[in-house]
Amino acid sequence: MKETTHMNLRKSGRNKLLGLISLFVFCSAFASGTAPKSDGDSEGHGAITSESEISEYILHHIKDAHDFHLFSYDDSEGHRRHVGFPLPVIVHTSKGIKTFMSSKFHHDDSGHHVVEKDGVALVKYHEKIYELDQGAHRVEFDEAHHPTNAHAVLDLSVTKSVFGMLLVFTLLIFWFRRHALQYRKNSIPKGFSRILEPLVIYVRDEIAKPNIGEKQYRKFIGFLMTVFFFIWTSNLLGLMPFGFNITGQIAVTFSLALFTYSITHFSAKKDYWKHIFWMPGVPIPMKIILAPIELLGTLTKPFALMVRLFANISAGHIVVMSIIAIGITLRNTMGVIGASALSFALSLFITTIELLVAFLQAYIFTMLSALFIGMAVEEHEHH
Amino acid sequence: MTIPNLVGAGLIVIGAGIGLGQIGGKAMEGIARNPEATSKIQTNMIIIAALLEGLAFAAIFLGK
Repeated sequence: MKETTHMNLRKSGRNKLLGLISLFVFCSAFASGTAPKSDGDSEGHGAITSESEISEYILHHIKDAHDFHLFSYDDSEGHRRHVGFPLPVIVHTSKGIKTFMSSKFHHDDSGHHVVEKDGVALVKYHEKIYELDQGAHRVEFDEAHHPTNAHAVLDLSVTKSVFGMLLVFTLLIFWFRRHALQYRKNSIPKGFSRILEPLVIYVRDEIAKPNIGEKQYRKFIGFLMTVFFFIWTSNLLGLMPFGFNITGQIAVTFSLALFTYSITHFSAKKDYWKHIFWMPGVPIPMKIILAPIELLGTLTKPFALMVRLFANISAGHIVVMSIIAIGITLRNTMGVIGASALSFALSLFITTIELLVAFLQAYIFTMLSALFIGMAVEEHEHH
Repeated sequence: MTIPNLVGAGLIVIGAGIGLGQIGGKAMEGIARNPEATSKIQTNMIIIAALLEGLAFAAIFLGK
């Protein structure tokens, strides 16, 4: 018996090692590309020394990107080399849908490098892809920051955040499928599912049941579970290397809030609408004043949901990166060792807080979604 | 961000800070008086704190 466990352990260890090696090979296979060092190439890719470059780098990280940028260095010939791996670009141009890998841009983000694809000239400027007009060589902007010789294209690319979301979906499907299958054999889950089970029960018993009500909570539990685990996993992924910032994208939180809004309003009962448009129990002039306020209230609730998640996660990322940057900014006043030690101690502290925030934000989003749904489906007793 | 925006953001943060302090302080008092109700008080405290925080963030976001 003891021997077999030992064997299994060794086997799983070997599998993990194999997995690590294949991940490494996968990463390095896509890695590395060069870009000539030119005047226009100071957009967040330069060596990070001054304060302005650090803030540029942080803002660059907060935004979504078309490739994974791990680090940059100057080689012996003075060329700036960027290491990372590209992601597919899918754009709808005037000549149909074009697909290519983002490595064709050669890490250029300043609109210099033109990609020719079947007669369409594309440039990337600040992570936006523009289609150049006939005869143009680089994108130019007027004072209102509208491009004068190019136009934006419909960008359906698999960006960093999309890649991260696909990763989260895969992880969730894998975890929960394995978790569900375990109940066929025995009632006590094993391994990682032991972490998932109490969380599932927590969402059901502490979030869904008290807020939506014993009778109706089952209909919404799927949405609440998905939202909770999606946000939590995405937040945690944002704290790991590779710099994902999924829930810090306003588009992602907007979609999540839109789901809550639609589910709330499509499952709302008669009483809910009555309390919005014709509040019972108040005088008629008051009813007329209250209706627009209540109507606006239905919009501000999901808006606050959207902004809360976006702002919390973005602010968290900015704080973590600023504190890591202390090692560079205070290098001259405190010495390399002092600055590094300070930055290490503070970032350890703030990352621990961010771990808490990652859970708290998922909890609050789910909790408030449940609360809004509960308010909409509640059956009032008639007086 | 212009100076009025920055002043506005500062005022929002002051207001939100006072509000959060009130919520947290009163919740602590409540828990001290009635420790059995800790979990209920905590849940409500977090909900109200989240609503307040959302308002503050929305104001900063719109003012930007």
